[in-house]
Amino acid sequence: MENWIATPFEPLSGLIGGILIGLSVVLLLLTLGRIAGISGIAAGALTQRGSEQYWRLAFLIGMLLAAVIYKVFLGGFEVQTQVGSGWMIIAGLLVGFGTRLGSGCTSGHGVAGLSRLSPRSIVATLTFMAAAVVTTNIVRHVL
Amino acid sequence: MKVIIASLFSGLLFGFGLIISGMSNPARVLNFLDFSSNWDATLAFVMGGAIAVAAPCIYWVRKRSKPLFADKFDIPTSTTIDAKLVLGSACFGIGWGVSGFCPGPVVVAATSLQSDVLLFIVAMVVGMLAQHWLKPTTA
Repeated sequence: MENWIATPFEPLSGLIGGILIGLSVVLLLLTLGRIAGISGIAAGALTQRGSEQYWRLAFLIGMLLAAVIYKVFLGGFEVQTQVGSGWMIIAGLLVGFGTRLGSGCTSGHGVAGLSRLSPRSIVATLTFMAAAVVTTNIVRHVL
Repeated sequence: MKVIIASLFSGLLFGFGLIISGMSNPARVLNFLDFSSNWDATLAFVMGGAIAVAAPCIYWVRKRSKPLFADKFDIPTSTTIDAKLVLGSACFGIGWGVSGFCPGPVVVAATSLQSDVLLFIVAMVVGMLAQHWLKPTTA
């Protein structure tokens, strides 16, 4: 496949955004004693009930609120998908199933897990990073 | 109520972090994963910034006997590296590498209301529920 949209390398905004994500992880741990893993929060919001469901829904609503505030007051942000609908459905199924089977994603394993040097999270992060790099290169340069 | 407000505010911070860093744009994520054309290393700085804050602060927070608004810390303690961990992470990595979306960014990207983004979310929910329903037999 060809014609990929180029994006500018922005280390400073990356660093600032990363610091905010780190602070979010710390705040949730300090207040609720929970790990901010978004795949776990999303799945729990669907399958849990009562207070276990409510805090997860609140977290997701906070994320959506950030997006709405950014759109209304700060000029919005870009979402540029790169593959067609069929690929997006296959990818969504794999991300949903895989993050639950592997107990986490880029946030729970990649940020929180690596931060506390969890051996499971180190293995998970190396695995999904390697799988993603190989996959993106196949999709872009082989198919 | 304190719990809900703290969680909402944590989600707000997380959402702003994803948007400011550009991780809500799958094109940027894919340009990190593809080293060979238009490589964009921003994602490494996002992970680095997040871990630089979280690693020392988590260490400090866990010295407390309990969190502010809960009776105990609820942190995974397993250290078992099993096939589920590796297979699940590999599946996730493939889906991430195809789309450029992982669960956090796609939540904020949902507000773009693009049909392909919403299709991804529906499929992701189906994948999560499928694993949840299959769990008793696979565990």
